[in-house]
Amino acid sequence: MADETLFLLLHSEMVAGLYRAAEQGEGENGRCTTKLESMGFRVGQGLIERFTKDTARFKDELDIMKFICKDFWTTVFKKQIDNLRTNHQGIYVLQDNKFRLLTQMSAGKQYLEHAPKYLAFTCGLIRGGLSNLGIKSIVTAEVSSMPACKFQVMIQKM
Amino acid sequence: MSRSPGRRQEIHKISRELFVLTYGALVAQLCKDYEKDEDVNAYLDRMGYSIGIRLIDDFLARSAVKKCRSYSETTDMIAQVAFKMYLGVTPSVSCSSAMGNEFSLILDKNPLVDFVEELPAERASLCYCNLLCGVIRGALEMVHLAAEVTFLQDRLKGDAVTEIGITFLRKPEDRKHKR
Repeated sequence: MADETLFLLLHSEMVAGLYRAAEQGEGENGRCTTKLESMGFRVGQGLIERFTKDTARFKDELDIMKFICKDFWTTVFKKQIDNLRTNHQGIYVLQDNKFRLLTQMSAGKQYLEHAPKYLAFTCGLIRGGLSNLGIKSIVTAEVSSMPACKFQVMIQKM
Repeated sequence: MSRSPGRRQEIHKISRELFVLTYGALVAQLCKDYEKDEDVNAYLDRMGYSIGIRLIDDFLARSAVKKCRSYSETTDMIAQVAFKMYLGVTPSVSCSSAMGNEFSLILDKNPLVDFVEELPAERASLCYCNLLCGVIRGALEMVHLAAEVTFLQDRLKGDAVTEIGITFLRKPEDRKHKR
């Protein structure tokens, strides 16, 4: 739907704008990823609240991760996560073979070095969503061949 | 699919909320980075411009509208088709000059500020929705219509409605020359 275009364009502009400002010396370089991730965190927190207003209580951690992979991902990116793996000890790997924010960029190894910039916001989104569901986590992402990417979630025991 | 229509509406709504929330997080981050309101406003306008020059392609592809023959038709198109398509609201259009090149869009419901109650006291001259101005300006420029777009009234600053003013920069007579 048309809303998706707006978000895609806004996201790519955000990434471009932040990095352009950093290049012009207005801030330290490494901070851009942090800024994007923290923006994603705020959005994830808000979004998960709106989304789970009427859903039933989650049984356990795995249930929450399945919710993120299915309902949450479908609402945000119009498709489900293709593969969820876990070691049942707090580490989950979510694999998306056709990540919406990367499909327009390339289909292979071209521009691979720029891909992480476009994943920071989504890492924050996942971390924010989990945080408001009561789970503290660290989320990282890796890309080996666009547009497939993997998000690794490490649950932190409090 | 076993989705009921109610569920689709909900997904649609949340999709839009994603955009609104992301925009809010962006403005909050910019307020942290830049001290002066004018800098934030200028940044949002530039961002909006870059988005607008791409959005116009998407708009034309989705709506397949015919060529507009006058400035007022163009403004109507923006209000009734584009706004409806992307933000789900239809502002009302009014022409505010005898020359026929100044128009204003009056929004009584602005989805971008759904989650904003009020501007903080130290940010009194922040144009929260300045992105919209840049988007309209960029989109119009890509169809060869130079225009100035600004906020004339803003509900967040205490006015009754939100009003966006579009001023087309070329005289109407130029458009009458058909090749």
